[in-house]
Amino acid sequence: MTATTTAPVATPSVHPHKHEPSARLRAWATRAPLLPALIFMIVVTQLPFVATLVISFFDWNALYPDARRFAGVDNYRHVLTDADLRNSVWTTILLTVTVVLVSLLLGLVLALLLDRRFKGRGLVRTLLIAPFLVVPVAAALLWKHVLYNPEYGLLNGLLHYVGGPQPDWISNTPLLAVEASLVWQWTPFMMLIVLAGLQSRDPEQIEAARVDGASDWQIFRHLTLPHLRRYLELGALLGSIYIVQNFDAVFTITSGGLGTANLPYTVYQSFYQAHENGLASAAGVLVVIGSIIIATFALRVVSSLFREEVNRG
Amino acid sequence: MSGIAVRVRRIPRKGAGLGLVAWLAGIVFFLPIAWMALTSFHSEQDAATNPPSFGAALTLDGYREFFGAGGGASPWPSLINSTVASVTSTLLVLLLALPAAYALSIRRVRKWTDVLFFFLSTKMLPVVAGLLPIYLFAKNTGLLDNIWLLVVLYTSMNLPIAVWMMQSFLAEVPVAVIEAARVDGARLPTILGRVIAPMALPGIAATALICFIFSWNELLFARVLTGVVAETAPVFLTGFITSQGLFLAKVCAASLVISLPVLAAGFAAQDKLVQGLSLGAVK
Repeated sequence: MTATTTAPVATPSVHPHKHEPSARLRAWATRAPLLPALIFMIVVTQLPFVATLVISFFDWNALYPDARRFAGVDNYRHVLTDADLRNSVWTTILLTVTVVLVSLLLGLVLALLLDRRFKGRGLVRTLLIAPFLVVPVAAALLWKHVLYNPEYGLLNGLLHYVGGPQPDWISNTPLLAVEASLVWQWTPFMMLIVLAGLQSRDPEQIEAARVDGASDWQIFRHLTLPHLRRYLELGALLGSIYIVQNFDAVFTITSGGLGTANLPYTVYQSFYQAHENGLASAAGVLVVIGSIIIATFALRVVSSLFREEVNRG
Repeated sequence: MSGIAVRVRRIPRKGAGLGLVAWLAGIVFFLPIAWMALTSFHSEQDAATNPPSFGAALTLDGYREFFGAGGGASPWPSLINSTVASVTSTLLVLLLALPAAYALSIRRVRKWTDVLFFFLSTKMLPVVAGLLPIYLFAKNTGLLDNIWLLVVLYTSMNLPIAVWMMQSFLAEVPVAVIEAARVDGARLPTILGRVIAPMALPGIAATALICFIFSWNELLFARVLTGVVAETAPVFLTGFITSQGLFLAKVCAASLVISLPVLAAGFAAQDKLVQGLSLGAVK
């Protein structure tokens, strides 16, 4: 969500007590520490977006700057009817939904495992977090060259020992290859959020249910899962915000080839390689609209968690 | 008491099998990183064999190659650029976020939740939405391939997260202590630096680590806005995208060295990581 859509900024309105300069002064003194951060954010994030919005209505190829002209909604019509761009919209949706759902499910299972006490739990937790802490480009390189390579990659190496087939993963299943690497990177993130949810459960309530004879499954189904619901929602929505914007994995593993170009990659390519500023901007605006739809839900979830926190405090 | 006794009896019996499953999962998830580390210490010939060689002789050749011994480009400039960009922008973020968090948690401005949500909403604006105007601006002002432009952009990227995290940390500082300092005549910079900062230090440190990690990892801005001079470490890594089998050990060494600061920071801040990544909504 952008300030251009809602802008819930506390604009410095004229204070009602016009004749009390000290009250006005105090109100400004309260606001002053906030202003540098607020102004900085508006200038650096909102202004460029407004510029993108303006450019999106122009037919503007950077190689022919003199031919620049106002084009109305032509760029949007082009973006929505162009087969490649439509595919990249579809790829973005598919990539985001698959990665978020699979990593959320795996994260839930891993968090439930780690919530129990067992020998070496701290170490296992550290091992599981590690994929999230590898620089994204490095992680993508690792999957591209070290794991997926058909001749000397680890995956086919392990398959060799069990006498399995030796597929060329990236050529055969390019989107799945990108998705698998992202699931590997994002499962730890989901696990951490669900784990935080599990640890905020009321232990007395669970103990009481157990004393009343509830089975592990009943406790999970009727106590744990409802409690985790908002943590799962939060994980899904924050994950979506980051994965919708994914550039590193697509750029590194397939370079957007073989039908894996998502919208961020397409936007990058249309202005960085094709120099189509207007088209790139229109595609960028469409990414924002998609993000606003997700973000509206995300903000609602975060604000419900936040309100609970404020009321508690 | 009986409840506790039941739990003590239950867990060793049922937990042992599931603990093993957890261990297995941990190993599966860590395997690619372990394999990357092992490969980085192999010679290029041993790294590119099929089936993979587990017991090949260890060598530092991959690291020597990465640091430019073989006549390739040295990674040092990019590592220095990444350090400058990440550290400076993290300091800038703290400088801007600390007073803002103060206004949002201790001296509350009116409509403080709305302001807080505005900060969060900027985080949901995709990077690509503003990339082109920023690129055109940089090109026309001669700021292209300039590390300080990245510093400004990384600051804007991390400021919302920092404001969110810090306001939740500052809200835990007792108001009485701050009031006492004010009664003693301390002004805002003194209160922030001498009273609040020391009390909220663990939270500030966690915020700084997370900002550092995000800046260090960033690729899209760096890829579009830098070139020869201001190239960052992730951009340096993109040089390996098309590399073939003969450079496998070098690729692994490069990936590991460049990930090392993030791995170290992340392991140090494990507990605070989730709070920062979920923008302070989950504690």
